[in-house]
Amino acid sequence: MYPIVAKEILSPTITKYEIKAPFIAKKRKAGNFVMLRIVEDGERIPITLVDSDSNAGTITLIVQAIGKTTKLLATKNVGDSILDVVGPLGVPTPIELHGQVVCIGGGVGTAEVYPIARALKDAGNTIFSIVGARSKDLIILEKEMGQISKEIYVTTDDGSYGRKGIVTDPLKDLLDANKDIHAVYAIGPLPMMKAVANLTKTYGTKTLVSLNAIMVDGTGMCGGCRVSIGGKMKFACVDGPEFDAHLVDFDELIMRNRTYVDLEKIADERCKLTPSIVALAGGVK
Amino acid sequence: MNYVNPMKPSERMKLPRQASIEQIAEERNKNFNEVSAGLDEARALIEAARCLECKNPVCIEGCPVTIDIRTFIQLIYKKDYIGAANKIREANYLPAICGRVCPQETQCEIVCTLGKKYEPVAIGKLERFVADYEITHNLFVPPVITNHIDKKVAVVGSGPAGITCAAELAKIGYKVTIFEALHGLGGVLRYGIPEFRLPREILDTEMERVRQLGVEIYKNFVVGRTASIDELFNEWGFEAIFLGTGAGTPTFMGIPGESLSGVYSANEYLTRINLMKAYQFPDSDTPIKVGKEVAVIGGGNTAMDAVRTSLRLGAKKAYLIYRRSRKEMPAREEEVHHAEQEGVEFMMLTNPTRIIADGNNWVSGIECQKMELGEPDESGRRKPIAIKGSEFIVPVQTVIEAVGQKPNPIIQTTTDGLNVSKWGTIVVNDVQLTSREGIFAGGDLTRGGATVILAMRDGKIAAEAIHKYLSEKPDADTKVK
Ligand SMILES: Cc1cc2nc3c(=O)[nH]c(=O)nc-3n(C[C@H](O)[C@H](O)[C@H](O)COP(=O)(O)OP(=O)(O)OC[C@H]3O[C@@H](n4cnc5c(N)ncnc54)[C@H](O)[C@@H]3O)c2cc1C
Ligand SMILES: Cc1cc2nc3c(=O)[nH]c(=O)nc-3n(C[C@H](O)[C@H](O)[C@H](O)COP(=O)(O)OP(=O)(O)OC[C@H]3O[C@@H](n4cnc5c(N)ncnc54)[C@H](O)[C@@H]3O)c2cc1C
Ligand code: SF4
Ligand code: FES
Repeated sequence: MYPIVAKEILSPTITKYEIKAPFIAKKRKAGNFVMLRIVEDGERIPITLVDSDSNAGTITLIVQAIGKTTKLLATKNVGDSILDVVGPLGVPTPIELHGQVVCIGGGVGTAEVYPIARALKDAGNTIFSIVGARSKDLIILEKEMGQISKEIYVTTDDGSYGRKGIVTDPLKDLLDANKDIHAVYAIGPLPMMKAVANLTKTYGTKTLVSLNAIMVDGTGMCGGCRVSIGGKMKFACVDGPEFDAHLVDFDELIMRNRTYVDLEKIADERCKLTPSIVALAGGVK
Repeated sequence: MNYVNPMKPSERMKLPRQASIEQIAEERNKNFNEVSAGLDEARALIEAARCLECKNPVCIEGCPVTIDIRTFIQLIYKKDYIGAANKIREANYLPAICGRVCPQETQCEIVCTLGKKYEPVAIGKLERFVADYEITHNLFVPPVITNHIDKKVAVVGSGPAGITCAAELAKIGYKVTIFEALHGLGGVLRYGIPEFRLPREILDTEMERVRQLGVEIYKNFVVGRTASIDELFNEWGFEAIFLGTGAGTPTFMGIPGESLSGVYSANEYLTRINLMKAYQFPDSDTPIKVGKEVAVIGGGNTAMDAVRTSLRLGAKKAYLIYRRSRKEMPAREEEVHHAEQEGVEFMMLTNPTRIIADGNNWVSGIECQKMELGEPDESGRRKPIAIKGSEFIVPVQTVIEAVGQKPNPIIQTTTDGLNVSKWGTIVVNDVQLTSREGIFAGGDLTRGGATVILAMRDGKIAAEAIHKYLSEKPDADTKVK
């Protein structure tokens, strides 16, 4: 059992959790994730390790409640426990000295790119960050990203905050204005990562993305998370989740991720909506 | 040598081999309850009476862990069922499992003297009978551990290899810790073999018995990620490590269309169903989608389990596509027979060439080629050769590939000094020692896909070797660095 020791609501649907998991806390590196299962008969889902504290033995996760499992998690409070947490999984992000780097987070993807941006900064890189979301209330970690960045740009699809538009708009400006940007790290919804990849390809800028394939075990034992990278089959959980964006077959992954949409809806409708929304809004136990 | 059965051999030979009580095929292919209920007491006694009590019990040589088969059958004859169970357990800690899943027809039963002219004694069914008797009557008494050795051994993986190694070492008196990557124990027994062949209560009971030996168990612990092998030695203070991580990484055929929705590796398919209970969706949260028509590719136990599971999940037609002939199929005979009874359609000498998509990126069919058998290859099996122009399309909405597995490389790639073969298996000597001091390995990890009993045999041999190694190792050496 893995007790929740702290919980903070970052936006109406996005919550930060600190969970006791000492072995994982000790080994976490930027780019790693965990698989978690909240209850018996629950699903195993992958969530990025945003941070860890090896002294306190805790890990930090930031999760957007979008379906059955993530909503169930949102109903859990400090003192409750998560049944299973396993990790750290995946290949850690290669942290190199590129000089100037752009780190892009879309929606909850900002939580996933933040530890990478921090590690890149610690390695001596200059960070330009772009944080995007559909609307203002889905923008997270703006302050944290800002603190480690030379410049930060915020975009919202609806213009409710920052610049109206998508993350590729400021990215294009940056790439046009600054020839010394040698790498781009982008994590967010697949269409966003695809758009970033298409753009940076024309500039020939090295780009890494983290692929959110559907996972079951997260340890390389099922092949459910297979993705096509440069025409070769790779398992996102053990060969990734980060890959060279210019080699990723995004359309294939977008299609594969739709495999269970109808069933996910059934599962979601079954998880009595009311208590989770109450919990999301105020954290009532 | 004493005979316990007063009947003359000629009388014994007249007794017919006893059959298990089974759910009828038309019903069982719709549920996940166990197919076979095994032998009842009356039948078990008749079956035990068939044994010739041979002076030279060749059956024992046929058994990979040399269970004293003759004696345990004699004990059944004397109605000392618990004595029989304990006799088996001297050689095999998991009789309820082996009695259900071992390929007896190629091991002990194929050599049984009675089988030369008549049908062999149903050794596997008798093994299962005593194990089940002990469970249903709650008569199991854990062995008393009298010796305590203050040395720690780590066992990685809770499949049959790891569980056996852990149990044997714990019985000797070592402090044993099992590390398991998944949230459930048992390896393939948990995530691969379906409930209709191995009910989960049986598996849980057997796993609990290992815990009762004082074995400490960490689930959700991926060695190589959560802690490395070197950390287990240097920081955790283990003095020997047994690796039983199996061969869990699926291989794909590499034909076009494998990324379509509706294509599964057998491992993913069976894991979703067995470990994650997707067949209870939406009462459980993990989804699975099974078409009206399903094609399973392969001829092993894994393929057989996947295809029989598909019928149980509502497929109207379930095809088993195999590129050689039925004779070459590596699956247990009983499983092939059960699959046939349940209505699986066998497409032998057939090889898939391409998976076909509908307009929504879902599988709509599989293109296959007819094969013929040519000359025998290195394995002695006749090599299948494609017949030109024989392509045809089978309409299916689900394709499951059960075409082989290889070891998961997480430990091999994070540990220095481990010799790995070109198939990805770990190289060991005759006592399961790897190329690194203190690290032993066995089961599918060293053999590629093999069997439960061979994994257990490796675990047992490794436990003896670890005991010898630690007994001889000078104590000064064993200090935690
Ligand atoms: C490596 C990786 C890291 C991730 N990190 C984070 C993170 O830090 N924070 C966060 O909020 N989300 C993260 N995700 C996404 C998260 O795993 C999904 O949102 C979650 O699985 C949805 O589950 P659900 O039951 O709540 O929703 P569902 O309704 O079941 O699914 C909603 C959508 O999530 C995806 N999904 C569903 N099941 C799985 C699964 N088993 N594995 C992967 N994706 C699935 C599908 O695209 C699906 O359409 C990550 C995904 C991956 C692969
Ligand atoms: C579907 C199916 C049906 C089968 N049917 C039969 C049958 O009827 N009869 C028969 O004799 N054989 C059968 N087999 C084969 C048999 O199950 C295997 O040979 C046997 O389970 C191998 O045992 P093992 O202990 O070596 O490995 P496994 O059973 O594979 O167990 C390995 C365990 O190690 C864990 N692990 C892996 N990596 C790590 C890590 N880094 N850290 C921690 N833990 C880790 C895994 O999660 C797993 O639990 C079948 C196999 C399959 C797939
Ligand atoms: S070989 Fe057959 S008949 Fe002889 S002892 Fe073994 S089981 Fe009995
Ligand atoms: S999630 Fe199973 S192999 Fe990646």
